[in-house]
Amino acid sequence: MRVNFTVNGRKQEADDVWEGESLLYVLRERMGLPGSKNACEQGECGSCTVRLDGVPVCSCLVAAGQVEGREVVTVEGLADYAAHRTDAHPGAGCASGACGTSLDAAKQWQALPSNSGLRPRAQGSQTGEAGGLAPIQQAFIDAGAVQCGFCTPGLLVAADELLERNPEPSDADIREALSGNLCRCTGYEKILDAVRLAAARQEEAV
Amino acid sequence: MAQKTRTAPAGTPTNVTQKHTKGGIGESTLRPDGTLKVTGEFAYSSDMWHEDMLWGQTLRSTVAHAEIENIDISEAVAMPGVYAVLTYDDLPAKTKNYGLEIQDTPVLAHGRVRHHGEPVALVAADHPETARRAAAKIKIDYRELPVVTDEASALAPDAPLIHEGRDDHHAGHVPHPNIVHRQPIIRGNADEAAKRADVIVRGEYTFGMQDQAFLGPESGLAVPAEDGGVDLYVATQWLHSDLQQIAPVLGLPPEKVRMTLSGVGGAFGGREDISMQIHACLLALRTGKPVKIVYNRFESFFGHVHRHPAKLSYEHGATRDGKLTHMKCKIVLDGGAYASASPAVVGNASSLSVGPYVVDDVDIEAIALYTNNPPCGAMRGFGAVQACFAYEAQMDKVAAKLGMDPVEFRQLNAMEQGSIMPTGQVVDSPAPVAELLRRVKARPMPPEQQWLVAGEEADVRALPGGLSNTTHGEGVVRGVGYAVGIKNVGFSEGFDDYSTARVRLEVINGEPVAMVHTAMAEVGQGGVTVHAQIARTELGVTQVTIHPADTQVGSAGSTSASRQTYMTGGAVKNTCEAVRAKALEIGRRKFGSYHPAWATAELLLEGGTVVTDGGEVLADLADVLEGEEIDVELEFRHRPTQAFDLVTGQGNGHVQYTFAAHRAVVEVDTELGLVKVVELATAQDVGKALNMLSVVGQIQGGTTQGLGVAVMEEIIVDPKTAKVRNPSFTDYLIPTILDTPTMPVDVLELADPNAPYGLRGLGEAPTLSSTPAVLAAIRAATGLELNKTPVRPEHLTGT
Ligand code: FES
Ligand code: FES
Repeated sequence: MRVNFTVNGRKQEADDVWEGESLLYVLRERMGLPGSKNACEQGECGSCTVRLDGVPVCSCLVAAGQVEGREVVTVEGLADYAAHRTDAHPGAGCASGACGTSLDAAKQWQALPSNSGLRPRAQGSQTGEAGGLAPIQQAFIDAGAVQCGFCTPGLLVAADELLERNPEPSDADIREALSGNLCRCTGYEKILDAVRLAAARQEEAV
Repeated sequence: MAQKTRTAPAGTPTNVTQKHTKGGIGESTLRPDGTLKVTGEFAYSSDMWHEDMLWGQTLRSTVAHAEIENIDISEAVAMPGVYAVLTYDDLPAKTKNYGLEIQDTPVLAHGRVRHHGEPVALVAADHPETARRAAAKIKIDYRELPVVTDEASALAPDAPLIHEGRDDHHAGHVPHPNIVHRQPIIRGNADEAAKRADVIVRGEYTFGMQDQAFLGPESGLAVPAEDGGVDLYVATQWLHSDLQQIAPVLGLPPEKVRMTLSGVGGAFGGREDISMQIHACLLALRTGKPVKIVYNRFESFFGHVHRHPAKLSYEHGATRDGKLTHMKCKIVLDGGAYASASPAVVGNASSLSVGPYVVDDVDIEAIALYTNNPPCGAMRGFGAVQACFAYEAQMDKVAAKLGMDPVEFRQLNAMEQGSIMPTGQVVDSPAPVAELLRRVKARPMPPEQQWLVAGEEADVRALPGGLSNTTHGEGVVRGVGYAVGIKNVGFSEGFDDYSTARVRLEVINGEPVAMVHTAMAEVGQGGVTVHAQIARTELGVTQVTIHPADTQVGSAGSTSASRQTYMTGGAVKNTCEAVRAKALEIGRRKFGSYHPAWATAELLLEGGTVVTDGGEVLADLADVLEGEEIDVELEFRHRPTQAFDLVTGQGNGHVQYTFAAHRAVVEVDTELGLVKVVELATAQDVGKALNMLSVVGQIQGGTTQGLGVAVMEEIIVDPKTAKVRNPSFTDYLIPTILDTPTMPVDVLELADPNAPYGLRGLGEAPTLSSTPAVLAAIRAATGLELNKTPVRPEHLTGT
């Protein structure tokens, strides 16, 4: 089956998708966007959280066919998404198309001998490098909320959505919003710190 | 920056105050991999991708103990898209087993399976689903055998032997072949001392099987190479230990197996053993194509060893004035079907079974069993966790019987520098046990009934049961509990524990740059951060590159046993010192004639310059190094340790000790048996905090894993069939952000004179005492005995 959808503001098409494939698999293995993580693939950990038409979802529970014609934002597009938050449509901030990864480019990804285990980025990356980091991304680094970092992409997408909805969340609000995202390393204290920090900086900036 | 074209040193000597190099040790510098991790660019082992790669799949045993009568792979092989199906018969070398200490673990089961989930066959296919379906088409005929699941069934006279004809080095001294290893520790005379006791307290404790539950699944990519070897990109805790186990099974010399660490999504001991490494290599070598294996969560629960479940029987005596007279204990650890790290876990459990207390007369025995349960091995806290759960419960019981305050009672018996361990080893560095307890106790209490917002309705989110809205505060009682623990750092019992670092110093674009190359596995703990800090401190440079960890440099040892900052940090420090000496030598040669201080003064590298200890700048480091490159590789060892005597348990077995104390405040809904941990405060001595941000992060993370085992975490194995019942995140619960309380941390820094910078390994200690502190708090709230982890609602409501 063929699936057409928008990822981080760029139109994508995936061919030969088997009906059972999840959105997570298509993003990671077909689009070359491994930022969304595969920790449980059963909707329990939130590591694969992306926004589907603006709504945070576990991409491991979304069948690839369900995203036909819809818009997906992943952690790779988070900085750009945050920078264009005022736009009407999720991910539409990249009208120029300059921040998408073409399928061709995505296919160039490979593990190189002697490299750091860091697979080279596709050209024209969707990391939002041009615009730097989203405030929530920077706050996670500054607060020490990243250890192994496997939970981080999902937490960032969820936390960013929380701050969009509720710019001044209480601790209880933060806990509630992030309760679907497991982290095994940090004990969550520093994740709370990070969200508080991002909220405070956001307020300062206004 | 102004162009520098000097041939002479940085002008005439000037009197400047000493320069400080930014980002050195003691600063909370940020992770060098942080940006990659928040943008999704950091490539974890499951993100590896290669053109033309195939997907590997493991077929695992559906029964715990059986003879394999027949394996039929014909249907699987015939499936379109399938490139290879491998069984035991396809193993290429004479060596068919691997193991950390005892090579008893088959790469693929041969003739017999010994636990539920043991790997039996492998498939490589062009789509993961094809591989899964092909694996499901493999037909295996099992003839089931009786299962051994506990001490009674393992040691019964007619018990089936899990490993017949054992010839490992523990086989000779164990009283039964189903015992992996046994360590007694006898010191003084416990029976005699018991006569002096005014109170004697006995207790039986059960510690459940915990899972590391790291989020990044076991995964990696094996790429066959033209020379007949293989390149493996994998998440592990110890590249060189993997290599040693992988190469013989592949029938390759070690240099033909090149390993590179890929991104590791947490480890906690669960990646010390081999999981998919050999399987991926076998498939890659057979098919001639790159093969990626990624476990799903279900398979992950079978793909790594767990924390040993344990039964612990303790007896303590004390005099009326609160002094411990003696301790007797027996600790039975269930090691499951294969040895893994069981022998070392036994050594730790026995030697740390008294806890951080002075007891002169002890009678201790710890054993690990072979059973048909899932194999158990390393997990954060490693044997010390189970013991701490039991001895801390005992401390509360003895104190209660004496009518003493539990913290004062502990302080009265607390070890200190100079105290003697039950193994006879003298604790020769600070041991601030009483002080750590004092600190957690002195901390202000969290406000009562936090769910009540002044004058308003209860915020159910702060109550036990939380958003389930199960109570509005009626039936909710509070309890407070304390615990403290002792953990060893590094590999003990005479193990030749070393780490290697290579450091290169050169000038790039006019600036001195250090490159640090080690094989240390960064598993999230922050080693890469502190290595850069150490290099900055020792070499006075700002720019430090961390080379990817691979097997092109000597072993760094394991990222476990709280040892990596001590060991590989120590290696980086030592190597940097050698590099510095060489740099100063070059400086002397080039510029010695310009200033007498080159010959006479103590020289340092700071802020990119060579300075005297008086703070006088002699030269720019860039000028010294111009045209030269210094490259040094060195090994670092901690002081030697000894094996414990097999009869008395005496011996200087451990390198260093580390201590943490906790105070838990819980609220329990006594009607429904639901627990809310309100606050979990830690005090820990870290010797020297190289990076406080990371230190606190480690303490909070470790504390949370202890909280998990106290109230929710347990792998449940059916006692009749030895099958795992809950291999999923739906059924194996780890704490969410809603289960985790505020965790204030108090860090003490009492230097250990024997350790690099005085530091203490710190990753594991907070996992020890957090569990018994929570249990003590729940006991205090409910008045129940609670001798088992985890505490479930039915234990609190008696249903
Ligand atoms: S991977 Fe999707 S929720 Fe865990
Ligand atoms: S799971 Fe490792 S940082 Fe959250």
